Amino acid sequence: MTTIAANPADHHDHAHDADHKPGFFARWFMSTNHKDIGTLYLIFAITAGIIGGIISGMMRLELAEPGIQYLSGWASIMAGKEASLDEAYHMWNVLITAHGLIMVFFMVMPAIIGGFGNWFVPLMIGAPDMAFPRMNNISFWLTAVAFIMLLGSTFVPGGTGLGAGTGWTVYAPLSTSGSVGPAVDMAIFSLHLAGAASILGAVNFITTIFNMRAPGMTIHKMPLFVWSVLVTAFLLLLALPVLAAAITMLLVDRNFGGAFFDAAAGGDPILYQHLFWFFGHPEVYIMILPGFGIVSQIVATFSRKPVFGYLGMAYAMVAIGVVGFVVWAHHMFTIGMSVEMKMYFTAATMVIAVPTGIKIFSWIATMWGGSLSFKTPMVWALGFIFMFTVGGVTGVVLANGGVDDNLHDTYYVVAHFHYVLSLGAVFALFAGFYYWFGKMSGRMLNEFLGHLHFWVFFVGVNLLFFPMHFLGQQGMPRRYPDYPDAFAHWNEIASLGYAIMGVGVLIFFINVFWSLMAGRKAEGNYWGEGATTLEWTLSSPPPFHQFETLPVIK
Amino acid sequence: MNIMKKFVLACGMMILPAMVPAQAANPAPAPAAAEAKQVAAPVAGAPTAAPAAENAAATPAAAASMDGSLPGYTPMKPDYENSVGMPKDRGVDFQEQFSANGHYAKWINNAILLPLITVISLFVLALLLWVVVRYRRAANPNPSKTTHNTFIEIVWTLVPVLILLGIAYPSLTLVARQFKPAPKEAVTVKVTGYQWYWGYTYPDHGGFEVVSNMLQEQSAVKAGERFRTDNDGPKLLAVDNRMVVPAGVPIRIQTTASDVIHSFAVPALWFKLDSVPGRLNEKAVTIEKPGVYFGQCSELCGARHAYMPIVVEALPPEKFAAWVKAKGGQMPGEKAAEAAPAATAAPAAAPAATATATAPAAAPAPAAK
Ligand SMILES: [Cu+2]
Repeated sequence: MTTIAANPADHHDHAHDADHKPGFFARWFMSTNHKDIGTLYLIFAITAGIIGGIISGMMRLELAEPGIQYLSGWASIMAGKEASLDEAYHMWNVLITAHGLIMVFFMVMPAIIGGFGNWFVPLMIGAPDMAFPRMNNISFWLTAVAFIMLLGSTFVPGGTGLGAGTGWTVYAPLSTSGSVGPAVDMAIFSLHLAGAASILGAVNFITTIFNMRAPGMTIHKMPLFVWSVLVTAFLLLLALPVLAAAITMLLVDRNFGGAFFDAAAGGDPILYQHLFWFFGHPEVYIMILPGFGIVSQIVATFSRKPVFGYLGMAYAMVAIGVVGFVVWAHHMFTIGMSVEMKMYFTAATMVIAVPTGIKIFSWIATMWGGSLSFKTPMVWALGFIFMFTVGGVTGVVLANGGVDDNLHDTYYVVAHFHYVLSLGAVFALFAGFYYWFGKMSGRMLNEFLGHLHFWVFFVGVNLLFFPMHFLGQQGMPRRYPDYPDAFAHWNEIASLGYAIMGVGVLIFFINVFWSLMAGRKAEGNYWGEGATTLEWTLSSPPPFHQFETLPVIK
Repeated sequence: MNIMKKFVLACGMMILPAMVPAQAANPAPAPAAAEAKQVAAPVAGAPTAAPAAENAAATPAAAASMDGSLPGYTPMKPDYENSVGMPKDRGVDFQEQFSANGHYAKWINNAILLPLITVISLFVLALLLWVVVRYRRAANPNPSKTTHNTFIEIVWTLVPVLILLGIAYPSLTLVARQFKPAPKEAVTVKVTGYQWYWGYTYPDHGGFEVVSNMLQEQSAVKAGERFRTDNDGPKLLAVDNRMVVPAGVPIRIQTTASDVIHSFAVPALWFKLDSVPGRLNEKAVTIEKPGVYFGQCSELCGARHAYMPIVVEALPPEKFAAWVKAKGGQMPGEKAAEAAPAATAAPAAAPAATATATAPAAAPAPAAK
């Protein structure tokens, strides 16, 4: 584990030229500074998160009671004319598609990799910046343009109505012959841009981590967050090109007479699903691994104890990454696969529970014997560990191909992946935000509001997502705007949970704005002796250019 | 939020001009659907009769009975009291199962998986609460420096492995049982997913196709058209023509689709199998008891994905034979003495009984807006 030999006093020379900043436009629109780009990513992710969150609010509102209450009105507003019932139903599919794509590609990934990765990987390894600062800038702006593309797609025809209504999975042939109009093309192009941005980002992180570590920081001394970003970058590098290929084939099928996925012309719709999930399964680890890294840093800091089983923790992530590439077809258990395939993917998927268990137990062992203080980031990290466990164990249920036959594409699956993402990745994001906000902004967030945010949010999301297990076991399919009356009770509770969660998010924003304006000034190492990684040797916020004299790790 | 909306609108404005010329103004829903169907038509991996709904629309729907009954067949009333084959109000568990594999699968979940994951979650929670209380700063001001314990690390690697091996045995047994092919004498039903209704073909019984559309509520249909009653089933789950099968007899369900991917799912039978254009998937099931079992399309298939429910009605074999007869089919081995084979081609030309069977499909069908 990392211990710091470098004395903060070594960096006294930062004061003058290190803080020379370019003018506003050059600084924020032509940025090559990893911290500024990280900030841009965070602002972008929060913006996207608000939009994606409003969309989920619309969905919970519509689902709060049986029947169609709001969809027709919304569809009419979008179309600028009285919308038909079919257009209203199509609008539902646009909402679920947009929610999924936004939260995955424009909220979680930009925040956790683009935001925290950019900010803290160079700081934690003692590097002055990322290896390719200009490429870093391109990554961000490609992501931004991709997002605008996706939002724009909701204003153009996509088949039955406006926008792409294919689901975030974009399955053929619904996404090819099933959706005429430019909306799906735009959504696909948006994914291309976001994917290209992520591949460039991954190249940047891998190069930075391999080549720019401070003297003495061997690969086995890197903080676990850096490890997590490294593994994630490899996943991105290997998985995203496959997605790019798959969606390019969609474009060919749609626009250039291709038949990759057209059964009538010798293509195979299932081929698309294999390609998509070969990307899609690693993608879920792309979203959660950096969260593992963040939680490891936080747990160690607030236990005032180094991470337990550092090597096991690092290689558990590597193992999750590797195994994550050979389990994809558990997303496709009902396609009508052969018995051998179903058994293999059942068994392989269950294997992932082992390294995941190692991580959970190692976090607890880190706290065991520690001296715990419950500052806001720690509370979020604790919440993460428990909620991720709950989401993880339902993953073990779903891994059983035979059991999944009944749960596949039901709300049980929705509950499962929201427990690992909304209560996993998002809890890790909030934990990281509370942990590093002072470092990034120079101002401390309010502890009381932070705790209040946690508890309100915790109650809200559990009320929101836990009943979905019941709905799923009872057989409610996902991606439905309406449901039989028997499902009404749990849907109402889920929608109530959303409202409570919304209040929690509001508290968060109040906290952020209040703290930015009037928060206590942050010291260099405001968490005290438990915080041992290199970013805590710097001022808060760090100088515009840090580590002009490289720190030395003993 | 207002600013956001403007921002979104502005983004849209920037992009719209580039895209609009490529596309006629918003296609009205009906033409759009027709268009999609045209494109999809050649895809039809499984050659079925000409789109039944359209054809049937031409035939007078008047002959249709308002409750779906045929000579010698009256649709069975679902068992609401016991929530058989349907979700239960405020239900939390899996639906009651009516097949051997369903019982086994539900047992695996309720007797093995659910207790296991509950215990694991509570165990993690207990450990967390324990460290929170025992090792809080006030109780333990000086942290230990322990960072390794090979023994415990081996334990928490091996114990999960053993647990997973324990799960794997019944789990893989279940998969093996689910893949047991249907015996030769099994009744075959070919299920075809359409946007947005189901077709059930009975190749062993003369090859007639039953077209199954969701029944609308009374308020949503024109006067004189058939609407959903409680005899048909719960709202959003009831259909005009059910997939009727014999109970206690192995059934071979084959699924395919004519346009996009759908998924044929019946929770009470632990059955879900995608219907994919160009593929014929097959899975066997034996329904233990006569009854009505509801399900819903379980793969996103476009606008009316939520409005193409599935109703399987299992009848005692002799009643099933009567239903087949009413549909104009014949039981295997029976001489195809009477008239032409059933509704494969033109329903208008087919015997009266067949026309009755297919015609109601059109009435509340996609056409009803
Ligand atoms: Cu469908």
